[in-house]
Amino acid sequence: MANPAKIADMSGLYPAAIRQSVVKLDPRQLWHSPVMFVTAVVAVMTTLLGLRDLVSGTAGAGIALHIAVWLWLCVLFANFAEALAEGRGRARADTLRATKSETRVRVLAEPNDAPATATDVASTALRAGQFVYLAAGDIIPTDGEAVRGIASVNESAITGESAPVIREAGGDRSSVTGGTTIASDWIVMKVTAEPGKSFLDRMIALVEGAERQKTPNEIALNILLVGLTLIFLFVVVTLPAFASYSGTTIPVVVLGALFVTLIPTTIGGLLSAIGIAGMDRLVKANVIAKSGRAVEAAGDVDTLLLDKTGTITFGNRMADALVPAPGVEARRLAEAAALASLADETPEGKSIVEKAREMLGSVPAMPQGATPVAFTAQTRLSGLDLNDGRSFRKGAIDAVIRLTGQTPPGALAGQVDAIARSGGTPLLVAEGTQILGVVHLKDIVKPGVRERFAELRAMGIRTVMITGDNPLTAAAIAAEAGVDDFLAEATPEMKLDLIRREQAGGRLVAMCGDGSNDAPALAQADVGVAMNAGTPAAKEAANLIDLDSDPTKLIEVVMVGKQLLISRGALTTFSIANDVAKYFAVLPAIFVAAYPGLAVLNIMGLASPTSAILSAVIFNALVLIALVPLALRGVAYRPASAAQLLRRNLLVYGLGGLIVPFVGIKAIDLCLVALNLA
Amino acid sequence: MTMLAYALYFAALVGAALVLAAWMARVYSGIPALAGIERRVLRGAGINPGRDMAWGAYALAVLAFNLAGFALLYALLRAQGALPLNPDGIGGMAPDLAFNTAVSFVTNTNWQAYSGEAQLSHLAQMAGLTVQNFVSAGTGMAVAVAVIRGFTAPKGTTLGNFWVDLTRSVLWILLPLSVLLALFLAWQGVPQTLQGAVTVTGMEGAEQIIARGPAAAQIAIKQLGTNGGGFFGVNSAHPFENPTIASNLAQSLSLLLIPVAFCFLFGRMAGDRRQGLAIFAAMAVMFVVGLGTIHAYEVAGNPALGLGANMEGKEQRFGAMLSALWAASTTAASNGSVNAMHDSFMPLSGLVMLLNMQIGEVIFGGVGAGFYGMLLYVVLAVFLAGLMVGRTPEYLGRKVEAREVTLAVLAFLSMPLGILVGGAVAATVPQALAAVQDAGPHGLSEILYAYSSATGNNGSAFGGFGAALPWHTTALGLVMLLGRYAIIVPMLAIAGSMIRKTRAPVTAGTFPTHGPLFVTLLVLTVLILGALTFFPVLALGPIAEETARVAGQTF
Repeated sequence: MANPAKIADMSGLYPAAIRQSVVKLDPRQLWHSPVMFVTAVVAVMTTLLGLRDLVSGTAGAGIALHIAVWLWLCVLFANFAEALAEGRGRARADTLRATKSETRVRVLAEPNDAPATATDVASTALRAGQFVYLAAGDIIPTDGEAVRGIASVNESAITGESAPVIREAGGDRSSVTGGTTIASDWIVMKVTAEPGKSFLDRMIALVEGAERQKTPNEIALNILLVGLTLIFLFVVVTLPAFASYSGTTIPVVVLGALFVTLIPTTIGGLLSAIGIAGMDRLVKANVIAKSGRAVEAAGDVDTLLLDKTGTITFGNRMADALVPAPGVEARRLAEAAALASLADETPEGKSIVEKAREMLGSVPAMPQGATPVAFTAQTRLSGLDLNDGRSFRKGAIDAVIRLTGQTPPGALAGQVDAIARSGGTPLLVAEGTQILGVVHLKDIVKPGVRERFAELRAMGIRTVMITGDNPLTAAAIAAEAGVDDFLAEATPEMKLDLIRREQAGGRLVAMCGDGSNDAPALAQADVGVAMNAGTPAAKEAANLIDLDSDPTKLIEVVMVGKQLLISRGALTTFSIANDVAKYFAVLPAIFVAAYPGLAVLNIMGLASPTSAILSAVIFNALVLIALVPLALRGVAYRPASAAQLLRRNLLVYGLGGLIVPFVGIKAIDLCLVALNLA
Repeated sequence: MTMLAYALYFAALVGAALVLAAWMARVYSGIPALAGIERRVLRGAGINPGRDMAWGAYALAVLAFNLAGFALLYALLRAQGALPLNPDGIGGMAPDLAFNTAVSFVTNTNWQAYSGEAQLSHLAQMAGLTVQNFVSAGTGMAVAVAVIRGFTAPKGTTLGNFWVDLTRSVLWILLPLSVLLALFLAWQGVPQTLQGAVTVTGMEGAEQIIARGPAAAQIAIKQLGTNGGGFFGVNSAHPFENPTIASNLAQSLSLLLIPVAFCFLFGRMAGDRRQGLAIFAAMAVMFVVGLGTIHAYEVAGNPALGLGANMEGKEQRFGAMLSALWAASTTAASNGSVNAMHDSFMPLSGLVMLLNMQIGEVIFGGVGAGFYGMLLYVVLAVFLAGLMVGRTPEYLGRKVEAREVTLAVLAFLSMPLGILVGGAVAATVPQALAAVQDAGPHGLSEILYAYSSATGNNGSAFGGFGAALPWHTTALGLVMLLGRYAIIVPMLAIAGSMIRKTRAPVTAGTFPTHGPLFVTLLVLTVLILGALTFFPVLALGPIAEETARVAGQTF
């Protein structure tokens, strides 16, 4: 099954997007972007005037039609940007839809009924509350919860991850998702989604943009753009009166051209594409947003609550150091620890072997005839008995003391205490009845996490580590990982309290969670990311769902949210800054007849009034299409403080927005002259 | 020498404003020792000073108070002929002129389509105009304080009590300062008498009528309250209104004093002086650039006339520099008083004056009004650039969202509406065109100046413009109302909406609203959103005139 995240080739989307650009000329669709609607109105007007002049043989028809062509292109370019953004989503939706094939499923009256009593029902007819028996090879028909049995499920259709995951009744791993496949064993699931409302359906609707609602910031920005359009309408509508007072007239076509170049067409035309592309980036990261609002809120987050396990640490304790007892050689301890762990397949055991390999260069192979001694809850020891009579053990302190009948010598006892105090776990290693030393097992902080948190701090985001560990261990890991704060021995109630406290201080909080007991906190958080593997309750309470069930994703979501807002702000600033140059192109062109002295305003030295106006209109259209890739990709975002971001973006998009059109309009003017078009 | 003089002037201005801001902060939070008098005044008017108002109630109180003030003043102007204190026997004012004058003084514009000494009785000057000089200024200050509370006060629903804020503005800020300034001016030779004009025989033997009256008191508040309506027709160019260099300096300082103090007051109320300093810096940068331009052009003079400085329309006793300083200050501060005839300034000096008004009188601006006008640009600047740091834009910890943007855009529309639409109609309709004195681009500048001055509630004029035509008395009256209330009401609404929001703590991710970067951003926002809107008409007016002048053509 194709992974929705892996559709790299976009070239196939172009023909459809070009078709859509024309379809989107429908006024009912254009109306969603008032700026482009207004542009289209001016384009219609200019076309009609041009045609009238053409028929009546009036001079200037050619110019009017030339302007009209570029005005139409401007609208089409904006439509194209939106269509392309939607197209990418639609392509993803199609691969998702392919997993939604209709199948027959076995419905049980009660969860405990035998499979033989099941009735055959079409998967599309399933209602919430029904029980379905699913065995190996079955496609899970819709979202639900395992209520009986245990099965391994292949969720690659949704997550792209090929290793099957376990789904079982009870606990936090009970949720099953429509479109995934039972790999082995069986479960009875209770359907939780009504037809057409499953997760997959929602995801399809979302990536297609069908349910796209404007987000709060987008609405506010749209209002500002409408306001600016109105202001420039005043400017242009009153201009004939002032011109006529000054003894000149301005053709309506030119007024229309001036109007369109002044209104913020660049951002107006790209606004919805930026929004769709932002959601798309999230989907690419395998995160489903239940609303666009959550994505924007992610950009605003002040406090991140991060689960220790899986996010900050690997979640398995690993050997960090081997400390020999007094009088014991380090090499001897390493060999003994490696032998005691050779048969141990747990991550801890493997890490001890790894550590020994690091110290020795190589580790002994499994000796012939050796007998592994497995760990049991009673002995709390594991190890290896060799056929030469030697035996190696490692285990909890009291277990090894009981086994050997000895206590660790003073210096070693001190080491053991130090390890425990630092939040680590000490394991004693013994050969026969001699204690050789101690293994320091600790929760290893993921590489790069510290730097990540430093970045977040630079961005003004506080990180709080949530852990069930005791405060001692938690403090040690928090200090090592570089989080700002931690919540030890955390209970769901404590999490909820922490969120409320942060919010009362005016901070926006993001967290991720999976268990049912996380649901209240997920609902309370401004941004709640539920793990797809988590319970339906958690997924219902959250506003984002991570299909990969990767708690680190929270940070990525914040970045996507910020990038979305920055892209909008940057293009708005660019668009408005462009107006300065356009004034300097168009004003001398339309006033020079009345006051020849106003030619001094033609600082770009444009060839003629006609070429000046055309250049401004052409630049306006070209800059829109040139910025489509930026709108779809998003403005480059490196974590930094707000002050640094502002300085950089103001320089690039503000100053750039002032300068670029001067250069661009002049260049177009030169081309027009060279081509004899004006 | 020139630089030193200007530097001293600014030092005195900023020093006085810093002290005043500290006093204002105490006044608006209530000074216990003065509470008894306040309570008696307010109880006497039947007001419960303890009741705080939400933005809607506050706005209604402002509107009701100003409407009542308008009605009273209108009645007084119409009936002045039959009322006492009319030694020169001046008759009642015509309805359209009375409407224009009443609106003009209630909106703190003080556009004068009449000539004071010829058309107003002493009673109308004192009980009508001077009273409005105080309370229209007090209204602007009260609104500004309420708006500042909306941005800076802890989360809540109310912005304060309009009647209390108004009373405090008038009693403890405007009155004491006015008394001081009036005494100083009277000492410098400004008349303060209830007697009528004197008739004397001049040296040539011709009979001359010299107008007098209670001038000093009215001039003090006209400057301090950024009113600008002079006692005499030619305003502070009149030797009785502004007799000496000292009186001139005192007046040009006092017209900027309270507007500058509002910046620092904002910093104090926000609990972060840097916030007020940033807004002051943005205003100061624009002011200095404007002043520099006017100074350069006026001192250089018009080579076509072959004189040193451009002295046409200026008082010999003030010269080009003091006239330039006054012109820059009075148009920036929405004052509108003049000590020289703006009509006669060089074209690009006129352009600066026009811009000062067209951007909405936000370079210091009217008392209170300039500050809340600038907050409008701050909201827009923060919204535009705030997105660029990857967060929902926020100002002082409060988010700027759709509601605030809508209101800001609404308020913002009033400037182009009043100036461009009002001006375009005036440039087209024959009844309106009759007012224009000069041909060519200068005539257009006269129209633009009138409508910019009225919409910006400034009140100064290009002298040649016949403002007394019924068309203009009515149209200008309407745009004055637009320029005042179409900004006050949305700004109060923004404040009312901001104060309901939780303040987010400042982090490294917070958009910085102080420091040089923000000042630059704010100045650019004012220039691009405010000034660029008027670029086309300015090209046809002062810029065309200047290019023609350079080419040796005059109009």
